[in-house]
Amino acid sequence: MGERQVEFRNVSFRYQEDMPWVLRDVSFTIGPDEWVAVIGHNGSGKSTIAKLMNGLLFPQEGEILVDGMPVNEKTIWDVRKQVGMVFQNPDNQFVGTTVKDDVAFGMENHGMPRELMLERIKESLSAVGMSDYEQQEPHRLSGGQKQRVAIASVLAVSPKFIILDEATAMLDPKGRKEIMNTVHRVQEERDLSLITITHDLHEVTQSSRVIVMNKGEVWMQGSPRDVFSKKEHLQEIGLDTPFVSKLADHLKAEGVPLTREPLNHQELLEELWTSRSIM
Amino acid sequence: MSSSLIIGQYIPSDSVIHRLDPRSKIAVIFFYVVIVFFANSVMSYGVLALFALSSAVLSKVPFSYIMKGLKPVWFLVIFTFLLHLFVTREGEVAFSLFGWAVYEEGLIQGAAISLRFFLLILVTSLLTLTTTPIEITDAIEELLGPLKKVKFPVHELALMMSISLRFIPTLMQETEKISKAQASRGVDFRTGAFKDRVKAVVPLLVPLFVSAFKRAEELAMAMEARGYQGGEGRTKLRELKLERRDWLLFAVFILLAAVLFLTRS
Amino acid sequence: MDITFDHVSYTYQPNTPFEHRALDDLSFTIQSGSFVAVIGHTGSGKSTLIQHLNGLLQPTEGQVQVGPYTMKAGEKNKQLMKLRENVGVVFQYPEHQLFEETVEKDIGFGPQNFGVGQDEIKRRTKEAVQAVKLPEELLERSPFDLSGGQMRRVAISGVLAMDPEVLVLDEPTAGLDPNGRKEIMDMFYHLHQEKGLTTVLVTHSMEDALAYADHIIIMNQGKVYREGTPLEIFKQQQALEDVQLDVPEVVSFLKMARDYGLDLEYEGQTIAELAKEIALKVKGGGDHE
Repeated sequence: MGERQVEFRNVSFRYQEDMPWVLRDVSFTIGPDEWVAVIGHNGSGKSTIAKLMNGLLFPQEGEILVDGMPVNEKTIWDVRKQVGMVFQNPDNQFVGTTVKDDVAFGMENHGMPRELMLERIKESLSAVGMSDYEQQEPHRLSGGQKQRVAIASVLAVSPKFIILDEATAMLDPKGRKEIMNTVHRVQEERDLSLITITHDLHEVTQSSRVIVMNKGEVWMQGSPRDVFSKKEHLQEIGLDTPFVSKLADHLKAEGVPLTREPLNHQELLEELWTSRSIM
Repeated sequence: MSSSLIIGQYIPSDSVIHRLDPRSKIAVIFFYVVIVFFANSVMSYGVLALFALSSAVLSKVPFSYIMKGLKPVWFLVIFTFLLHLFVTREGEVAFSLFGWAVYEEGLIQGAAISLRFFLLILVTSLLTLTTTPIEITDAIEELLGPLKKVKFPVHELALMMSISLRFIPTLMQETEKISKAQASRGVDFRTGAFKDRVKAVVPLLVPLFVSAFKRAEELAMAMEARGYQGGEGRTKLRELKLERRDWLLFAVFILLAAVLFLTRS
Repeated sequence: MDITFDHVSYTYQPNTPFEHRALDDLSFTIQSGSFVAVIGHTGSGKSTLIQHLNGLLQPTEGQVQVGPYTMKAGEKNKQLMKLRENVGVVFQYPEHQLFEETVEKDIGFGPQNFGVGQDEIKRRTKEAVQAVKLPEELLERSPFDLSGGQMRRVAISGVLAMDPEVLVLDEPTAGLDPNGRKEIMDMFYHLHQEKGLTTVLVTHSMEDALAYADHIIIMNQGKVYREGTPLEIFKQQQALEDVQLDVPEVVSFLKMARDYGLDLEYEGQTIAELAKEIALKVKGGGDHE
């Protein structure tokens, strides 16, 4: 039971006894091959969720299960093999002196044999489109390239879950696109679940499910369409909604009948097209 | 921005000296430094110099680079030479300079010591010119390996060195960034009295430290998240292997040592 | 202050294998009191450009004129300090430049370097923290005890306290959440209008350029690639795509709408106005069919 799942059961967390709760009674499940986006404004507790998932922090209350294992001091090394993480700052997670060394770092930690490492380095660098940079030093790479290397490093250990903790926040639009394309491809090609913690609305619309965090609690869960159709509520807790979603609202106010919440330009335009033919 | 960040003086090339196992290079240089002190005849100095110079030629490092590396120590070499020249008072008087008698023995000793000095610096700078810092780190980790038995933190030391190497360019870029930001707020790093210039360093150093600590903290977390738990049970991608050329180097070196001891007077 | 670049070139590390020409015969003028957005990819030369605005870099060729101050290739500028006092630069992640024991001292650091009197510094500090909406009780705290967002505001106050006439902003909202981003940009826009500043914003965000700038300069490979008002620039979607730049979402939406028979021109409408126009067309019973 619980195979290839991450499960939070009534999890509460705070850094110290005299400090306020960062997370309160948080429960959710992330299933196999899902892409779950976690959103919420700064301080909503969303990054803490990531750290709890691979045992960088432990909850005071509740239980976290990864792939059927409860996360605790005894299991963290196995848990970390299953849960790969990519952090926000591209520089501060690059350990190796070259791209190749960095991809190897995680595998070395898990004691993989050298032949397997060489094979996996090739594989994972090609999966993120960085094969030509094997010998490159980190300070010669762009932010987007460094983050792709970080993803390759995670893939090399072949985890069942990958968490991107605001991994695109420090990148320019080009870097952001690179990462999202990479992630898309990887998610299609491999059996893994993806958890993206983000502010980027565009990323959110591409996910299969959204968890909205507010003040340490799960505020809402659902498909991107469901979540964005409740925009008034999102704005209440200081979150933005995509352009098409706003436009759709104004259109409805103008009396244009729209039946479903559009997630992208095309969806909205198609509906406008149909409604025009009816009228 | 500045793309010229080269750590150390490494000159990339694929010469045979570059391709030698860094452990062999370090070991041979270590013993070379030892036997240099046994040389005492023209012939023994001759073979030592031959070895050093042919290594330099084989390394394909442009001669100008080697000389540039030696620049700061030229003064020392010449100073040593003059010191011996004027202080030694043995043997015949060779000639006199500005009323100061220069003895033959002084001339010979001065030349010998300066030559030793020169050879030592030449071979050690050849090491840094042909070996990347990370290779040197790997070699040190391997060579110090036996010390693990006495609980010496060899792996940690090597990791520390390699992470430092990794972050030097990053911190240099950061230094440039912060100094520009402070210059924009009216800090003058270039002119003013010495005291003022020292004071101008504080707005640079504090942010640098703060950021270095933050980086260290984040890096530690990232390493942990990637399963790092110390050296135990860890495998290594970087592998040092002795090749035929390394054995050849050892053979040549043993031959050199033999010739040296045979030609001692 | 008017800003003029006259055939400016800048080369990093000339005569080395790493030689790199970051600005290439660059000429443009920024009118005093305007809000200009400089857009371009990483490596397009925009960061080199802004370092010329307060004399951090000196042109290798050509001449930069900022108000009464001139920087000419090969000539030493004697009024560098005056120039820097008048041109405030908010760098990317400006919170990295904080170093003093208290917020107040840090904000006063710039003005103090430029020889401003203590009373005047106090006055300006107060004004600056109000402008960035920082509670005054924070003045006595260490900047390192504050949250990331507050630290950024402190750093911005430190630049504002120099009382500059030109404000240069290098991606001032990088790394903030959408709420924080909007607050900071609205704040700069407000200051721009209230104080009649000349504002130069370096950004990747087409949405911000559209919302705040009255003039846009697109940089590519060290040259001005396009220049004009936001409306003029964003009409040239193809030209922007050629250098891999996006257009604001509203513009790309209207372009796609054309394929669906909705022919609307973008003229700076708000979303509400746009919705009205679309509704009219849709309800009007398909005038194109």
